[in-house]
Amino acid sequence: MTLAATHRAIDAVWRIESAKIIAVVARMVRDVGVAEELAQDVLVTALEQWPEKGVPDRPGAWLTAAAKNRALDHLRRVQLLAAKHEEIGRDLEIHGEAFEPAFEAALEDDIGDDLLRLVFTACHPILAPEARVALTLRLLGGLTTDEIARAFLLPEATVAQRIVRAKRSLAAAQVPFEVPRAAELPERLASVLAVIYLVFNEGYAATSGGDWMRPALCDEALRLGRIVAELMPQEPEVHGLVALMELQASRARARIGAKGQPVLLLEQNRARWDHMLIGRGLTALARAERLNSALGPYGLQAAIAACHARAGTADQTDWPRIAALYDALAQLMPSPVVALNRAVAIGMAYGPAAGLELADALSHEPLLKGYHLLPAVRADLLLKLGRRVEAQAEFERAASLTRNVRERELLLERARGCDAS
Amino acid sequence: MRFMIIRKADAETEAGVMPSEQLITEMMKYNEEMVRAGVMLAGEGLHPSAKGLRVKFSGGKPVLIDGPFAETKELIAGFTMIQVKSREEAIEWVKRWPSIDGHGAVELELRQVAEAEDFGDAFTPELREQEDLLRAEVEQQAKQR
Repeated sequence: MTLAATHRAIDAVWRIESAKIIAVVARMVRDVGVAEELAQDVLVTALEQWPEKGVPDRPGAWLTAAAKNRALDHLRRVQLLAAKHEEIGRDLEIHGEAFEPAFEAALEDDIGDDLLRLVFTACHPILAPEARVALTLRLLGGLTTDEIARAFLLPEATVAQRIVRAKRSLAAAQVPFEVPRAAELPERLASVLAVIYLVFNEGYAATSGGDWMRPALCDEALRLGRIVAELMPQEPEVHGLVALMELQASRARARIGAKGQPVLLLEQNRARWDHMLIGRGLTALARAERLNSALGPYGLQAAIAACHARAGTADQTDWPRIAALYDALAQLMPSPVVALNRAVAIGMAYGPAAGLELADALSHEPLLKGYHLLPAVRADLLLKLGRRVEAQAEFERAASLTRNVRERELLLERARGCDAS
Repeated sequence: MRFMIIRKADAETEAGVMPSEQLITEMMKYNEEMVRAGVMLAGEGLHPSAKGLRVKFSGGKPVLIDGPFAETKELIAGFTMIQVKSREEAIEWVKRWPSIDGHGAVELELRQVAEAEDFGDAFTPELREQEDLLRAEVEQQAKQR
C-alpha cells in the first residue's frame, strides 16, 4: 500500500470510529475537549505507525484501545494533581468513577450511551447555534476543520476558533457528560434536532456545483439523523426529522433543470425522485406515527412532504390532507410563513377564494412585509379567480421584492401572462 | 456517495441452502452496526437463479429465458446499499463483512452508484440561493395553476 493509500484508509477508519472513540474517552475523562485531543493524538500515532507496520486487522479496536490507554494516563496525571488540589479531589470523589475499578465498568458500558452523551454535549444550549453545528460535525461527523469551513463558506481559522471556544465554554461551565434528565429532555432534544436540520438545510440550499462539501452536508445530516434515530428509537420527533430529511433529499436531483434553473415541486419529473429515499422516508414517518399519533413539527412537515411523495402525479396530490396538516402545524408552530403555506394548501383544496381570504388576512403581518411570496401567492389566487388586473399588479410587486434574478424573471413572465386574452 | 456491495453467488446460494444460524446472527450484527452508523440504506438477499429469468431483447423484441444459469460465479446472491463519504470508507465497511460467509471464501463486489453530481454541468452556482422547506413549498404551490 502506498503512503497516500494508507492515509486514505486511516481517514476511512477514523470516519467510522472517531465519534465512538471520542465518546468512550469523554466518558472516562469527562471533558469532550480533552477527549477529542486524546483521540487526535491516537490518530497521529496511527498515521505514524501504520504506514510502516501496516494497518491492523481490527483498526477500530486498535484505535479505541490506544485512546483508552491515553485516557488512563491522562487521569493518572489528573489524580496526581488532585492530590495537590483538594477541590479537584472532592470533585473526583463526587463523580466516583475516575478511579481504577470504575474504568472497567466504563469500558464495558454500552457505547451507544456514550455516543448519546456526546450528541447532547455537542448540542448543548450554552453554546451558540453555529458553535453547536461546528462541534457536532467535528465530534460526531469526524469532519476536519477544513471540511467544515468549506461546507459553510467560512475561513478555516473562524471554524477552528469556534470549535476551540465551544470546547472551552463546555469545560468552563462544567457541563456534565450525560444524557439530560426527563424534565430537560424535550428542550435538549429539540436543540439536537435543530442542529441536524440546520446542517441539512445548509447543504440542501446548495445543491449546486462549486465545492462538493456543501451538498455533502445533506448526506452528513442524514447520517447524523439516522444515528440519533437508532440511539433514541423511542423519540417520535427524531424519526419525524429523519423522515423529513429523507423525503426532501429524495427530490434533490429533480429540483434542478437541465439549464440549472430551479424546478418547482409540482413541475418536477417524479421519475427522477429517489424512490429508495422516499421508501426510507415513509418508513421513518410510520415509525414516528406509531410512537405518537399526534406528530410534532418535524413529523408534520414530513407528513406534508409524504403527501407529495405519495402522489404519482401533481394532480393526485391530497390537498385536503395537506391543508389539515398545515392546520396542525400552525397550532404547534404558529408562524406567518406556515399561515401562508396553509392559505396556499386551502386554496388548492377548497378553491382560490378560500385561499385568498386567508392570504389577505396576512397582508398586515409585519414579518411578511417585503416577503415576495405573499404577493406571489395572492397573484396566483387572483389569477385563478379571473381578476387579471389585480393579479398582474401583484406579480409585478412580487417581482420587485425578490432578490433572486431567476425568480424575478419568472414572476415578470407571469405578470405579462395576465395580459393575454 | 453510494455504493452497492454485491454478494456473489456460489454453489450453496444457487442450491438454495439456507445460511447457518451463526451466519445469520453475524450478518444481523454487521447490518445493525451499519444501521447504527447511519450508512446502510438497503439490503436484500435473492432467491437462486433457478427461480429467476432473463429477458434478452432480440431485434427489439423481448425473449424470455428461464433460470437457472450456469455461470454461478457471475451471478449475484444479494446486495447491500450503503451511503458513505469516500471509496475508502466503503472498502472499510466491506472488509468488515462476516468472514464466515461462504465458509470463509465469500466474494463481494463493490460498485459505486452514479449520482446527480456525476453529471456536474447541470448544477450552477446561481442556485445557491437560500430556500428553506416552507419557502420552497410556498413557491411550489404558488406556481401551481
